Amino acid sequence: MIRSLSLAGLLAAAAALPALAQDKVVHIYNWSDYIAEDTIRKFEAETGIKVVYDVYDSNETLEAKLLAGHSGYDVVVPTSNFLQRQIAAGVYQPLDKSKLPNLENMDPELMKAAAAYDPDNTYGVIYMWGTNGIGYNVAKVAERLGEDAPTDSWSLIFDPKYAEKLADCGITLLDSASEVFPSALTYLGLDPLSKKPEDLEKAAGVIEAIRPYIRYYHSSQYISDLANGEVCVSLGYSGDVFQAAARAEEAGKGVEIAYSVPEEGAQQWFDMMAIPVDAPNPEAALAWINFIMKPEITADITNYVWYANANTASLPLVDPEIRDDPAIFPGPDVLAKLYPAQVYDARTDRLITKLWTRAKTGQ
Amino acid sequence: MSAVIERVAPLRWTAALLAALGLRGRTLVIAVPMLWLLIFFLVPFLVVAKLSVSEPAIAMPPYLPLVERDGARMTISLSFENFGYLFDDPLYIKAYFFSIRLAFFSAVLTLLIGYPIAYYIARSSEARRSVLLMLVILPFWTSFLLRVYAWQGFLRSNGVINNFLLWTGIIDQPLVMLQTNFAVYLGIVYTYLPFMILPLYANLVKLDEALLEASADLGGRPLPTFFHVTLPLSMPGIIAGFMLVFVPAIGEFVIPELLGGPDTLMIGRVLWNEFFSNRDWPTASAVAIAMLIALVIPIMILRTAQQRVEEE
Repeated sequence: MIRSLSLAGLLAAAAALPALAQDKVVHIYNWSDYIAEDTIRKFEAETGIKVVYDVYDSNETLEAKLLAGHSGYDVVVPTSNFLQRQIAAGVYQPLDKSKLPNLENMDPELMKAAAAYDPDNTYGVIYMWGTNGIGYNVAKVAERLGEDAPTDSWSLIFDPKYAEKLADCGITLLDSASEVFPSALTYLGLDPLSKKPEDLEKAAGVIEAIRPYIRYYHSSQYISDLANGEVCVSLGYSGDVFQAAARAEEAGKGVEIAYSVPEEGAQQWFDMMAIPVDAPNPEAALAWINFIMKPEITADITNYVWYANANTASLPLVDPEIRDDPAIFPGPDVLAKLYPAQVYDARTDRLITKLWTRAKTGQ
Repeated sequence: MSAVIERVAPLRWTAALLAALGLRGRTLVIAVPMLWLLIFFLVPFLVVAKLSVSEPAIAMPPYLPLVERDGARMTISLSFENFGYLFDDPLYIKAYFFSIRLAFFSAVLTLLIGYPIAYYIARSSEARRSVLLMLVILPFWTSFLLRVYAWQGFLRSNGVINNFLLWTGIIDQPLVMLQTNFAVYLGIVYTYLPFMILPLYANLVKLDEALLEASADLGGRPLPTFFHVTLPLSMPGIIAGFMLVFVPAIGEFVIPELLGGPDTLMIGRVLWNEFFSNRDWPTASAVAIAMLIALVIPIMILRTAQQRVEEE
């Protein structure tokens, strides 16, 4: 009797073993619309680690959760300038690089650029990178401004003369002061990284002047709205605009969306995978990061989200249409015009938010 | 009740124990809501109050501790700078006034729409009443967030309403309705309507019809009767409904965020900015505390009005 009981116990234990492996969970917190459809499934199949996947659409949302502590997330994907400040706040744990053999696939030049925010890439690995530029509805803009519309210049958005004519078909800005101010500064011919209050005041003046023509300020809504023709010009993230373009094409309603990196210059940013210091499952987090760095996985994501990656080994697997598009993988001439994302000190942050709220509300 | 307590041994023992401790049933009954308020109102309030006098920092959490210990030395540092900001910058004051104004007019609109509905339900037959009340409560079965999103679908330029109006030829250019203050009013009135109807109904249904008959017998026509009898008698219901709409609408965030335009400067959004964009939790807390204090005044006015009406 006892013997058969222990046998049953053994059997139960044996049955429980794979179940235990299944019970391992990794909590990922990433940007919305920012992963291939099958990435999570493939990771679960390969490692047996279950993925809980949540999304946000602004760095501010992510940061609030991280700073509150005990976010419960194992991997988060802040933009490089936010990563830098969060490192200073003690939010992250250093990456155990012995668990990340796929780091050898990464482009050393881009990783070096990212190291400007995160010395020696101690805390972060590049997930995707991109630029902030102009997404626009080709036909509607041409209809209102003619064929020689300045679609490769910030004046398309920031010059009231043009903005006024585009207002009825809808202009949108990202709802983030740290993305819009540098663009407005570039438009004025000022240093996009300027922290001088007088420069920022001028930039706020530019943003306020076009306020009557802005449909809304939002950081993800414009993807679907560009695609279905609800709005026609957006200051947006490169890949998001390409997604809008792809969706518009799929819908087949004749909406054509294009993206341009304005000739005055544009912000280049890196989204970095990092592990919070209080991550419940750092081992699984490392497994996830290493998995993402596989050439075929990164290529899948780039092919789906239309963002440039920093994974050299993945490039042969990326669709030529994307790989050869200079707006996604810019050539040296465009790269030279890009500037990094700025990190503001608390005082400048407060000033910018105040100016931003004022410019947005007209109050 | 007490017979039951006498009969069941454990209850009897509990009652004896409580009596020995000097606690009576009445105290206990009051203690439950008091405890509720203590845990879910007072404690969070104190946490926010504490935050509002701390100093922001790049840290996790992003503020400096109030109490610092250095061996036997203990320093408590309170910073009232955050409240200073609120007066430095007209933005906050403007946002307060805008929110109060918007909430006030929303409450008035809700009252104008809710009163006839409540009146109709109260005057319906009993069987009909329960069906109608059910219909009032029915929207709560769907998430509030989803219903606000649904309004986006109705109001957008290529949404249901515009498409219909374009199709009928009433308009030839889509109306811009989404991201306007109009949409915010619509959203608030729509969402809070049941909170206005229910207290009004509860009041109107108790109205003694003999009073109306008396008025009619004395030659009162329906309209004067309404203004001289029904309306004054329903004042407690009006004030209760008004408060239930006005007070939460001031701090509303979701509706202005989803339906409002960039110039809908509600205090909830200012608070969001302080908290998320500035990651300045202390100032965000100061904004919240100041709002609470600013709200106490209109609530007190409404409360005294209600008490006066009830006493009459």
